[in-house]
Amino acid sequence: MLTTNPATEPHALSILVDNEPGVLARVIGLFSGRGYNIDSLTVSETEHQNHVSRITIVTTGTPMVIEQIKHQLERLVPVHKVVDMTVEGRAIERELAMVKVRGTGDKRVEALRLSDAFRARVIDATVESFVFEITGKPDKIDQFVDLMRPLGLVEVSRTGIAAISRGPQEM
Amino acid sequence: MAKEMTGAEMVMHALTDQGVSHIFGYPGGAVLPIYDAMFSQDKVKHILVRHEQGAVHAAEGYARSTGKVGCVLVTSGPGATNAVTGLTDALMDSVPIVCITGQVPTHLIGSDAFQECDTVGITRPCTKHNYLVRSIDDLSRVLHEAFYVAANGRPGPVVVDIPKDVQFAKGTYTGPRNVQHKTYRPKLKGDLDKIKAAVELMSHAHRPIIYSGGGVINSGSEASHLLRELAKLTGFPVTTTLMGLGAFPAADPQWLGMLGMHGTYEANLAMHDCDVMLCVGARFDDRITGRIDAFSPGSKRIHIDIDPSSINKNVKVDVGIVGDCAHVLEDMVRLWRSSAKAVDKKALADWWKQIDKWRARKSLAYRSSNEIIKPQYAIERLYALTRDRDVYVTTEVGQHQMWAAQFFKFDEPNRWMTSGGLGTMGYGLPAAVGVQIAHPQSLVIDIAGEASVLMNMQEMSTAAQYRLPIKIFIINNQYMGMVRQWQELLHGGRYSESYTAALPDFVKLAEAYHAVGIRCDKPGDLDGAIREMIDVDRPVIFDCVVDPAENCFPMIPSGRAHNEMVLGDSAENLEVTAEGKMLV
Repeated sequence: MLTTNPATEPHALSILVDNEPGVLARVIGLFSGRGYNIDSLTVSETEHQNHVSRITIVTTGTPMVIEQIKHQLERLVPVHKVVDMTVEGRAIERELAMVKVRGTGDKRVEALRLSDAFRARVIDATVESFVFEITGKPDKIDQFVDLMRPLGLVEVSRTGIAAISRGPQEM
Repeated sequence: MAKEMTGAEMVMHALTDQGVSHIFGYPGGAVLPIYDAMFSQDKVKHILVRHEQGAVHAAEGYARSTGKVGCVLVTSGPGATNAVTGLTDALMDSVPIVCITGQVPTHLIGSDAFQECDTVGITRPCTKHNYLVRSIDDLSRVLHEAFYVAANGRPGPVVVDIPKDVQFAKGTYTGPRNVQHKTYRPKLKGDLDKIKAAVELMSHAHRPIIYSGGGVINSGSEASHLLRELAKLTGFPVTTTLMGLGAFPAADPQWLGMLGMHGTYEANLAMHDCDVMLCVGARFDDRITGRIDAFSPGSKRIHIDIDPSSINKNVKVDVGIVGDCAHVLEDMVRLWRSSAKAVDKKALADWWKQIDKWRARKSLAYRSSNEIIKPQYAIERLYALTRDRDVYVTTEVGQHQMWAAQFFKFDEPNRWMTSGGLGTMGYGLPAAVGVQIAHPQSLVIDIAGEASVLMNMQEMSTAAQYRLPIKIFIINNQYMGMVRQWQELLHGGRYSESYTAALPDFVKLAEAYHAVGIRCDKPGDLDGAIREMIDVDRPVIFDCVVDPAENCFPMIPSGRAHNEMVLGDSAENLEVTAEGKMLV
């Protein structure tokens, strides 16, 4: 409701859609048109035979707004299923980032040492730079990026969050 | 039965197989093959409008007065963009429409070709669904799917954008029986446990109310019938929204009139004071609720809606039942009967006594006059003189629309066509064209305002071409009346741009359109003039010159609650908070 203002919280929504032209635009247009936030978005075809794609959106809102977003998504004709991974609980969330760091001497050594501690991999190197690949929860990546900042952080490319539930069941 | 044919022929075949009798449209470069295919068949009749917006509103009028899907055919670019207002209107009011748009050939898409626009991009947020058909192999499936999607679940407009090369291409046509949508299956039956919970709540109600909306009408005549049955069984009072007028008979003593911003005193106060509210196919729109945190503070709420996103959208409800109104009401009536539910008769009688007190306030009363026609009087007389006929009413948007809703009484569904959600000025005239096409023998009246009607006046030419005897009854107060009213009440009487200087002479305008013009400005002449209008078997523009200063009451000012409504005789005390002024 407009006037009551309970706390907002982030939720990860998994959305199964027909992989047809315009479906991503429909989903994104719904968020912008109705004034919802998108904190993170990932999308890729997951069931090639059935032309089904999986979209993972992290959004922030009150429980009532999140419920409304879920129903609005379900209204879209090419949407098969929407699951609120956060409410279902125990969902696994992962993100991948590539982090470019430029430096020489002690800073370079320190960057390499930290990357090891974070289990990041070196996927490109020159005498004055590294590109690290790191996978994990978003806050782990945030932390790694913050640590790289004083060591010569050049740029970061992140995939956004992918989520899946634990256990044998499908969504 | 697979048949080889061109895309354009497939369109005509699909329309025929879907039982389309009329399509409203306007030709252009990108739909020429379809118009060519139309030329050599006689099953689907084309109605040539004068503007694409008019085509969609006409199809809406057709759809809402028949319960069938309305069809539109327009060209690419400006044809499609002109249709956007009508599509949005149909989306907001849940009207089933299939709109076929031409598109530049596929190899030119994205090249800024002549009359190219991104039709599916533009119409994505204003349709229930849309398609760009890139291959002839998809065309017949998409066309049939479009009708299925438009009509099933919560109805709405569907656009099918067909590039010109696909219209020329040859392919195999498949009929509607072999086409089913992959995943879209709206839920019709409500959850029985929830319906039981609802019946339980209703049976313990002391101050119940049924608040019904357009969903009951969309669900079909059976739903209206069941609503009446439920009301009879329970003895509950019923109020309906603007969109729901006619689902419950206005003549029934259990009807409290329309609710909301310009609803009756008894309907709004009953909503405010009720302890159990049964909302059937309505959506707690801001025109209905008024100030949302003061909306019906003491009630338990039950909400029946086919669209899950309507439930808990604006107002939190206690029992949300997702399903089609007719299906859910059927279960509800059965459960009520089988468990022989009986409400607390004493409490219900007290509640009715209270309601009768509110009724006695006569909130629709207005000061009558012998010198000048009061707009309310004009509509009362129009109703009185047409009530024994087979009448359909459309409206434009504004004061006249609210007065029509208040003073014209509907006892049957599908008789009242108005633009509720979007509030589209210019809706009524083309909608009347569509209604008259669907019901050639009926009396079709557009209750209009002189400002609104000018927005789609060109459709008089359509009425003339097809000899449609529609009656345009203009409540002429020379102002954009609702704008003027708000300026008077909220903006210190500064009538910024709400007066229309240099209005046309509507009688001469009618004659220019091969129609009949009638002007009336005296209360004493009104009945005779209305009779003359009804008796003419041609389109009529009736210029009813009314009191330009009249305001539409009762009214819940913006940002106020139901129990803070303002009646016509106490309008001087109207105060609106700064917050209320922000609302529209």
